[in-house]
Amino acid sequence: MAQVTAASHGEHEATTTGLNHRKMLMWAFLGSDCMFFGSLIATYLVYKGKSKAGPFPEDVFSIPVTSVSTFVLLMSSMSMVLAYAALTRGNMKAFRIWLASTVIMGATFLAFQTFEFYEFANHEVVVECNDPDAADWTDLQAKVGSACGSFVAGEETEVTIGEYTVKVFEEDGHAVAETTAGLTPRTNLFGTTFFTLTGFHGAHVTLGVIWLLSLFFFSFRKGGVTPKRNLDVDLAALYWHFVDVVWIVIFTVVYLFGVFQGF
Amino acid sequence: MTQQAHSADAHHAEAAPVHTGHPTPGTYFKVAMALTAITALEVVVYFFEWLSYGIIPILVILSLVKFALVAMFYMHLRYDHKLFSTMFVAGLVLALLVAFALLALFKWFI
Repeated sequence: MAQVTAASHGEHEATTTGLNHRKMLMWAFLGSDCMFFGSLIATYLVYKGKSKAGPFPEDVFSIPVTSVSTFVLLMSSMSMVLAYAALTRGNMKAFRIWLASTVIMGATFLAFQTFEFYEFANHEVVVECNDPDAADWTDLQAKVGSACGSFVAGEETEVTIGEYTVKVFEEDGHAVAETTAGLTPRTNLFGTTFFTLTGFHGAHVTLGVIWLLSLFFFSFRKGGVTPKRNLDVDLAALYWHFVDVVWIVIFTVVYLFGVFQGF
Repeated sequence: MTQQAHSADAHHAEAAPVHTGHPTPGTYFKVAMALTAITALEVVVYFFEWLSYGIIPILVILSLVKFALVAMFYMHLRYDHKLFSTMFVAGLVLALLVAFALLALFKWFI
């Protein structure tokens, strides 16, 4: 058991430092990946609030939805570390269950991200012309709402406001203005920096899911994944936890600060 | 030469740190609960409009705590050899320097 634990930490190796070179390389890679994501986050911040046209973060972000996907990713980190602990104890059944859970939660996070990207690309802005809370409208909602003056009872009219074609019509006795204001990497600086940052993070998660899935199937082969040779799983776990910590930063800086006007 | 090598190995084996405080599944579960609670707190704080600019340091501190919890317990940096921590923290510090340099270059702080 002590040997398994020591080996799992990549220590007591016959190297100059006494540390496993593969594990050292993984930490060097994670350190360099910090710089990669640091640059992308800084670029996002540099261009934040510099977009000439919407949609802006406050128009598209849904904090409750992103909070759920964040929770899923955090829980996947817990199941990953439990999978690794089960492996070091020699409990292969528990290892496979926890590893499969991690893969499922990773895939769920990716599904959330895909849903979010789709929603952003097909973002619809709908405002009620006589909304009593019109003072709280975002700039984009106010822009769409400015088409309300063209409302004709019982008819649907189309008005061009800037780059948007706004439909004004009657619904349940109320005048409504509606347009599609999709956010893509081409739309504005916010779209470019947001999709680049979260897209690269999503690519990291995808790679992690494939890696963990391959370990899961490999564990069924004789001698593929064993308690004594657990460094393969340790390295994959380190990578997985890294994508988790990167998301912790992205969730705060991009999403929570994203909708805060003063930041 | 061989004797020297053996002697060095023996010395290294004696000097190598021994892991005593390996976290248990219970610890991992407690960390997960702490991460969940902090995330929930972040979302709650986000809806407190009266906090105004005060929201920035609060959210920064909360996300730093989450970052540290994952790095120390899940990535085992608290229990692993210090060199691993050094390599990761060095990358992290460099990343922060690069980010702040970029932000300063674009007059983000002004």
